[in-house]
Amino acid sequence: MVTTHADTTSIANLNLDITTDAVVIDGVSKIFKKSRLLWRRNKEGAKKREIRAVDDVSLTVKRREIVGILGANGSGKSTLIRILSTLLLPDTGHVTIFGYDVEKNERKVQELINRVSVEASFFKKLSPMENLIYAARLYNMPGAEARQKITSILTRLGIKPDRIKTPMENMSRGMQQKVAIARAFLTAPILLLLDEPTTGLDPRSKIDVQAFINELRDVHDATILITTHDMDEAEALCDRVAIIDQGRIVALGSVDELKQHITALMGRAEPATMQEVFMYYTASRLVTEEDIKRYGSWEKAFEAIEAQREEEE
Amino acid sequence: MSSFMHQGRATYAFFERNWNMTRRYLGWEVVWLVYNIVNAMSVTFIGASASLITGTKVNTSLLILYLLIGTSVWTYLSVSFDGVTDIVNLEHWEGTIEHTFMAPISRFTHMIGSCGYAIVHGMLFTFLQLIVVAAFFHLSLGQTNYLTAFFMLALGSVSFIGFGIAASVLPLLYTEKGMQMSFIVRSVLLLVSGVYYPISVLPAWMQPLARISPATYVLEGLRAAILRNQVIWSPEIWSYTWPLIITGVVSVPLGVFIFHLAERYAKRTGKLKRNG
Repeated sequence: MVTTHADTTSIANLNLDITTDAVVIDGVSKIFKKSRLLWRRNKEGAKKREIRAVDDVSLTVKRREIVGILGANGSGKSTLIRILSTLLLPDTGHVTIFGYDVEKNERKVQELINRVSVEASFFKKLSPMENLIYAARLYNMPGAEARQKITSILTRLGIKPDRIKTPMENMSRGMQQKVAIARAFLTAPILLLLDEPTTGLDPRSKIDVQAFINELRDVHDATILITTHDMDEAEALCDRVAIIDQGRIVALGSVDELKQHITALMGRAEPATMQEVFMYYTASRLVTEEDIKRYGSWEKAFEAIEAQREEEE
Repeated sequence: MSSFMHQGRATYAFFERNWNMTRRYLGWEVVWLVYNIVNAMSVTFIGASASLITGTKVNTSLLILYLLIGTSVWTYLSVSFDGVTDIVNLEHWEGTIEHTFMAPISRFTHMIGSCGYAIVHGMLFTFLQLIVVAAFFHLSLGQTNYLTAFFMLALGSVSFIGFGIAASVLPLLYTEKGMQMSFIVRSVLLLVSGVYYPISVLPAWMQPLARISPATYVLEGLRAAILRNQVIWSPEIWSYTWPLIITGVVSVPLGVFIFHLAERYAKRTGKLKRNG
């Protein structure tokens, strides 16, 4: 493909080819090894227990796309986000962000991204302003410009001006999470990695954050990868959804495509909900026609299979 | 130029953040200062009571001042080492380490900012302790060459930073007890360097360690400056200066390299994740 001048944009001294895919994850796996206690090694074999957190994941995200990653706790969502954030090295496979390899071009990738994690991680004795000024300077933003932007974003997210300069330890978890979101928005990343960003927020705050995410894409051309448990949020925000289970992507498509597929599989007239889609793909095994006949309905069959899995675990 | 500005801003970010943390934990700073002063006094009282203990006449003022130099270096090393190891400790404790480590800055910039603050903080603490203890024992510091004393401490700081950076991999790799492990590095460094005694009293096997420890030369240089009014350009001070230049030139890049290896290991094994 020929890249024209109009197709390139300069972000922090990077000549970025915006015609390339925003994120390319190619066959990425990550295994964690946990040491066994000495007295359990003989019983259970090897010295280290292996946990396959991410298992041969491949995914491409286009520029300006909002892609949701849905999965149960421990399914590998956060590990994948950490790999994209340059905080974890994959064991196998490659990840590129706007053409830059996350391992080889770590600093360039860091200039393009920001991340909101599920825990709002701050210096709790410092105020939101002090925490965010610190973050802004790390991303090369002058102090005066940062102060103005911080006040504007925090006010927009519903933080009262008198709270901006008081220690974060006095804020609720929801408020702290809003400050975390403001910190990520502050640097105007072109790839925003959101790891369950609205967990713990009240419904109104969730809507505020979702509006901000959409604005970041529409106005600032940002690409967004979001992990969530909230199916309504996934439906409201995401162009495409990837469902991840035990480290593997088991489904990928738009919300409508996934719903239609499951509706057809369930043989029902009314369309499947996103919850049903999620349950279907993260079940220990697929629900068959035989199961539906045996238990009376798809839902009852699913519940029976999951109960079996829990018993086995 | 832009990159230079960026790294400069980031360096200032760490300095400013640590200053804000000091302001917010001001009560703790006072407690820590009092603890260090009390600790220094409990050691220097040994000097004050030397005549009584030994039953012979001893130059008490000289002995107190000798011990006071040791306690001052101990305090300086404690405060500045804490500041340097906070590259990891503080961030682990607050859960911010992932955020800081994914910022687009070099680790060297990160260390310059954190270590710069640690040096200023450590020097201020040490100076206050020196003044308070000297006033308590009515010690005369009239013969002190302050410029030489400052020079020796500043030059020695470069090497201490190298050791501190290397020691800060311990809390990175061992989240729960790594900080306590870094105390051992500091204590061993001072033990072999003759913190309260000339290194000639150390057993023969410890003597080579004393010769490669930067604290040995800092302590000797401070004794020369405070007890004997030696100027920076004197042959005696030069004999402590060149080994410090060598240990500084070797220890800082080595410390940064060790930290780089530890960071790669942490990113491979998932140890950067908040834990503790």
